[in-house]
Amino acid sequence: MGEQLKISSSPHIRDKATTSNIMMWVIIALLPATVFGIYNFRDTHAWLLVLVTVATAVLTEYLYQKLMHKKVTIKDLSAAVTGLLLALNLPPTAPLWMGALGSVFAILVVKQLFGGLGQNFMNPALGARCFLLISFTGRMTTFVYDGISGATPLAVIRANVEAGNAVLSNVNTMDMLLGTTGGTIGETSTIAIMIGAMILIAMGVIDLRIPASYLLTFTVFIGICGGFVDGIGFFNSDYMVAQLCGGGLMLGAWFMATDYVTAPITKNGQILYGIVLGLLTGIFRLFGGSAEGVSYAIIFGNLLVPLIERVTLPKPFGKGGEK
Amino acid sequence: MGKFTFKGGVHPNDGKELSKNKPIVELLPKGDLVYPLSQHIGAPAKPIVKKGDKVLKGQKIAEAGGFVSAPLYASVSGTVKAIEPRVSPTGMKVESIIIENDGLYEEVEYPEVRPLEELTKDEILNIIADAGVVGMGGAGFPTRVKLSPKEPDKIEYVIANCAECEPYITTDYRRMIETPEHLVEGMKIILKLFDNAKAIFAIEDNKMDCVKKLKELTKDEPRMEVKELQTKYPQGSERQLIYATTKRAINSSMLPADAGCVVDNVETIIHIYNAVVKGLPSMESIVTVSGDGVVAPGNFKVYFGTNQRELIEAAGGLVEGTEKVIAGGPMMGFAMYTLDVPVTKITSAIVCMKKDEVSKVESSACINCGRCVEVCPSRIVPSRLAVLAERGEEEKFIKQNGLECMECGSCSYVCPAKRQLKQAIGTMRKTALANRKKK
Repeated sequence: MGEQLKISSSPHIRDKATTSNIMMWVIIALLPATVFGIYNFRDTHAWLLVLVTVATAVLTEYLYQKLMHKKVTIKDLSAAVTGLLLALNLPPTAPLWMGALGSVFAILVVKQLFGGLGQNFMNPALGARCFLLISFTGRMTTFVYDGISGATPLAVIRANVEAGNAVLSNVNTMDMLLGTTGGTIGETSTIAIMIGAMILIAMGVIDLRIPASYLLTFTVFIGICGGFVDGIGFFNSDYMVAQLCGGGLMLGAWFMATDYVTAPITKNGQILYGIVLGLLTGIFRLFGGSAEGVSYAIIFGNLLVPLIERVTLPKPFGKGGEK
Repeated sequence: MGKFTFKGGVHPNDGKELSKNKPIVELLPKGDLVYPLSQHIGAPAKPIVKKGDKVLKGQKIAEAGGFVSAPLYASVSGTVKAIEPRVSPTGMKVESIIIENDGLYEEVEYPEVRPLEELTKDEILNIIADAGVVGMGGAGFPTRVKLSPKEPDKIEYVIANCAECEPYITTDYRRMIETPEHLVEGMKIILKLFDNAKAIFAIEDNKMDCVKKLKELTKDEPRMEVKELQTKYPQGSERQLIYATTKRAINSSMLPADAGCVVDNVETIIHIYNAVVKGLPSMESIVTVSGDGVVAPGNFKVYFGTNQRELIEAAGGLVEGTEKVIAGGPMMGFAMYTLDVPVTKITSAIVCMKKDEVSKVESSACINCGRCVEVCPSRIVPSRLAVLAERGEEEKFIKQNGLECMECGSCSYVCPAKRQLKQAIGTMRKTALANRKKK
């Protein structure tokens, strides 16, 4: 006798992955895009905006949980991820108070009021971005690059189409890949975003289901319908590069659409969700009021998740689900 | 690739290196022996001895309590001290026969064995039933019942479950290394019962030495085949194993026979061999004592009824401050609150853990990451079912296939929020099954 043995239900061993180290990998994966964005917009206060937005997000969560006598969960790093994603979705010239306001909205309204981590039905960063976009349309859509105020490449294309000019004039394919164009802090460099995406895939944080089905659907849709609507011809390579690399699609597909909480949990549901996002983004871009459409597509997609999960409930083993 | 497997599953650290190379050592019991009357699925056995009776090793002390039941044999000589409830490894008190060991190990005279060729199918089945053989992989289902499907002619595969996918356990491995011929001979007995069946030895590819040995031994046996399986938990689950080897899938309410299969694990087949070829009743099994909480991990041949404390002492005793002792493997075993429980027919391992990592972690909110869905071998949605279970929504739980869960624990293992998914689902599942029976 004399042993003090512990009792619990099996299993008695656990995998090493935890919520906070998953979030840590998301932050690490966002660093290439963040660093590039700060460098790309070095003549603005982009670096400070990122800092303020992240800090406000974390502080909001801390204060809310303290005031509500809840367990403080800022150590799980999810608030930091939300703040960083929001910052990357802001124009570098946005005033600091706007970043802070967005963070408060994201954490307080979209996340905590709906029950905190895991309960929000909408991506907090995107919810906040759309809130800012509607509230301060002018400031949120003013993009300055190299000291010159100008439109984002997709807005240029849209303007060209509307003015009857050559669709792709003033759009440089190489700039779009590298990210040396106007846009939000984190969305411009496809290469930096892809480095991050590869980190997430390599670490098993995300898989290809959502981003691949999203991008593939979008490519097919815009390749065909864009050919009709913008009169550019089917699958024109420069046009496709502009569409795929511009308008925050890459950031959205790899980092926002893959947000666990607001995406379907079922595997087939994830593919369906990607297809829905691809179609919505395409439709919003060709027929919508703004040239980007990714944020709205994902938020709209978020609302469809319960429905998507219901129709894609997996078949159990031995009842057709074994393959 | 090309290895046989199923979809889902996890890859825990297997810890088998601790005991893998330790030959089986026989452990003679010293103290009293405790034989729970219910160490199998089905009706409890009925005692046929009473307090004060002298018994010999190998003497029947309880007979089967029905068709789905199994008799018990004394594994030492001595005196019946009492018949009373005692704590079993699952933590419950179970009516048990207690025998005071006289230390002489006097044996009964076993009935003469007849050559296999002379035995009819029914005679073989009766020998197996009378020897008290039950499924020793963990379920404890009486083997005779398993070997008596409605239509024996429709059985196409007899699968030897040599997967041993639970971490730490190395009993089947040692059996296959030390006496693989007994396994093959045991399989021949089973094949005699099923005229149209082929045998498959299904072995995980972390035991390639066993694969080689068995391939060598069965190379002239047209009805036997060795299949390498991918090393993955729960590869040794009956339904997953059938799928991995035959690509036939059965759900939770079907039997292996519905897919033309019979599955028995290594230890069970060896007990069949012992019963039919040597005439020995089921009295002992191999138990791995392992983990960082025990001084000298090893594999032991232990007699049923032996106090597990004696077994742990044989392995050098517990390391100072050990926090958890598990009856069985770490994925599905029971955490024990006392070491004073007997080795039973379904004891295959005692895993001692110095630190209990589970009681240290706090569970947090589900982040919907879908890892549980990815690993679930039953292809259900554990995180959602756990929520339904916690809310007591039985109807929705059943509708979303909660009853298909086999409680392998892969979901809890992999959950980054460290939620007790298996526990929640398992509890609701038991409630739902009990309510269904009432109706």
